[in-house]
Amino acid sequence: MRYSNQTKFMKDLFQSGAILTVLLFFSACDKDNTQNLPERDYSLIWSEEFEGNAGESLDSTIWTYDIGTGDNGWGNAELQYYRDSPDNVSLDGDGNLAITARNQSFGSSPFTSGRIKTKNQFSTKFGRIEANIKLPYGPGVWPAFWMLGDNIDNVGWPQCGEIDIMEARGQLPSITNGTIHGPGYAAGASIGEAYSLGNDRFDKDFHIFAIEWGEDYIDFFVDDFRYNRITADEVPGEWVYNKSFYMLLNVAVGGGFVGFPTSGTPFPQTLLVDYIRVYQEQ
Amino acid sequence: MVTNKLKNIKQIKNMNVLWLTMLVLVLSVSCKVDDDDLRSPSFSTTPEVFIDGFSGGLEYNAFGGSDVFAFDLDYEETYGGTEASMKFAVPDLNSPAGTYAGGVFFVAGGRDLSGYTALTFYAKASKSATIDVIGFGNDLGENKFDVSLSGLPVNTNWQKYYIPIPDPSKLTAEKGMLYYAEGPENGEGYTFWIDEVQFENIGLLAHPKATMMGDQNLVKLAYVGVDVGIDNVGYAVNLPSGVFQSNNLTTSYFDLVSSNKSVVVIDKDNTINVVGPGLALIQGSVNGVDASGTLTLNVQGSFGSAPAPAYDAANVISIYSDHYNNVPVDFFNGYWEPFQTTVSEDFNVDGDNVLNYVNFNFVGTQFSNPTIDASTMTNIHFDIFIPGAVGSSTNLNIVLRDFGADGTDGGGDDSNISVDYTSADLVQGAWNSFDIPLSGLTNTSALGLIIYEGTDLPNFFADNIFFYN
Repeated sequence: MRYSNQTKFMKDLFQSGAILTVLLFFSACDKDNTQNLPERDYSLIWSEEFEGNAGESLDSTIWTYDIGTGDNGWGNAELQYYRDSPDNVSLDGDGNLAITARNQSFGSSPFTSGRIKTKNQFSTKFGRIEANIKLPYGPGVWPAFWMLGDNIDNVGWPQCGEIDIMEARGQLPSITNGTIHGPGYAAGASIGEAYSLGNDRFDKDFHIFAIEWGEDYIDFFVDDFRYNRITADEVPGEWVYNKSFYMLLNVAVGGGFVGFPTSGTPFPQTLLVDYIRVYQEQ
Repeated sequence: MVTNKLKNIKQIKNMNVLWLTMLVLVLSVSCKVDDDDLRSPSFSTTPEVFIDGFSGGLEYNAFGGSDVFAFDLDYEETYGGTEASMKFAVPDLNSPAGTYAGGVFFVAGGRDLSGYTALTFYAKASKSATIDVIGFGNDLGENKFDVSLSGLPVNTNWQKYYIPIPDPSKLTAEKGMLYYAEGPENGEGYTFWIDEVQFENIGLLAHPKATMMGDQNLVKLAYVGVDVGIDNVGYAVNLPSGVFQSNNLTTSYFDLVSSNKSVVVIDKDNTINVVGPGLALIQGSVNGVDASGTLTLNVQGSFGSAPAPAYDAANVISIYSDHYNNVPVDFFNGYWEPFQTTVSEDFNVDGDNVLNYVNFNFVGTQFSNPTIDASTMTNIHFDIFIPGAVGSSTNLNIVLRDFGADGTDGGGDDSNISVDYTSADLVQGAWNSFDIPLSGLTNTSALGLIIYEGTDLPNFFADNIFFYN
């Protein structure tokens, strides 16, 4: 979520081409089962289903809000002001969380949006973390479902570690990115891959973004297709993921990763989350 | 070059109202009838229009008044270094070869495009420009399923463009594969290229939005027996870049429903049949997407015919009236390409025929075979009925043209009378009778054409059009 650069992005795109080829290969040969992955005996240990009435605020025993503009647009030159208003973060009444970025001045910011986190209220170590999400779209719109290490306040970023389960650029609505940031490989040097839906878009329907995470590895999934595995021995620094992380969801507007919104960016833009579920191996 | 559009319209009308067609290329079409042809009514599903050459059955027709040599193949400037592209040389302003570049690529047999979601192509130009219109669904006839982009920006780099098919299920026998029209940019000609033109089943277009009646909830007067149409329609779709693109489309893509079947019945051709007095709300959708904007018809009762003319038949030359014998007329709607939007939905109530111009911007009535000798006549009469609202900017311009000594449109010897009727002259929901003296014409012995052009006037009826003394 934090940083990236163009070179990295092109590399991701290139890699996504290779992944697509694999996907097509599987779908051509075996329509029912796309991959032979190790069986895991996962049990649901926590879920947030976002049930409630339209406009209702979130469960405050789970979620807290990041408010304002952070330091230099949350470290990324983002343009929005994050609010806890139901205009920006609420339930939609159809069983979804809605985080809405608006073309609406607030303070000295030209846009408002929302960023929520489970910090100090729910965190988890290892297992499967998944969310069923329909993405917003438009140039400069930057949605993310991500995690930060619980010890961020003691050791700082990137020493705490960051796992981006999903982050996307609204001008590339077919592509999601799964990335980790850690000491020695953060921001532009982060490790990850892009995944493309090919002839489809992440803003047309819900898709399940997930990681399956264990000792010294993290696997990245879209709709149960594993498109990347990152292991401890391939990061050029310390592996800081064998510990508890908390979750975040947000929609940024502008910033280094995504670029500026344009006059053609449609607003408002809403990230819809049907559920978040956490499983652990028995 | 949108600002040139009106100019082009006028040039098209002034230059030539007949189709000036030129068959540039006809690929061989088998005339052999075999059993398959007899048994199968299905159409080709070929997606390619132009990849490195004309796809099977594709033909080209230049628009009337355009430079008929504007289109050619180019073997050097191609997308991705492929074999050939389509090159369009837009003429300079006032070029003797034609005032703009424009034409239609079509297949005479039609294709089944119901498996595709968009027409896509790559385009570039010799300089940054905006192409007036590019689209598909122009079939040299009814143009029932026309979709187009206006003001398409092009520059010196190849870019991919998408024209969505709003409802693919309707395109089971489409002839119009691609059409374009472009005038000079600031008076100067230039060149643009198009390549890799094909229909694609692309999943990268999203969030379609349809509008009708200008995105407003309009109420209109209507009359039993007089069909009405929706108008002012639009269709936007989100491109793979995340931004929306507005597209022009024809009303035939809209599926309509009536709230009150005792007042309005929608027939299977989506025609709005007015069957009884009362109120009916008409809502539309495009391929399941509800359109914003509605039409409410306030039906008063039966339609009142235009007042019967009082002139003796001996002193009348009639163009359109049930009260006189009419002279031969070439057409009451020339469907002038590419900028005319006017569609004819003429009707008959109790034996009285009435001209009905819907989606009106301009339209022409031509009587050139033979021209009319009105040298013994003093005036021309029109009865005009406006069912919709008359706003402060509503204007109807009527032009009567004599074809001069040569008896043909153009040739430098024509003359016109032009009369404007403004909101002060026009009454909604009633017949407006207008009489125009012929004294302004040079040669009343060879009259050939009436042109109507309107502003803020989407629909009118006309009847009792005749010369009298």
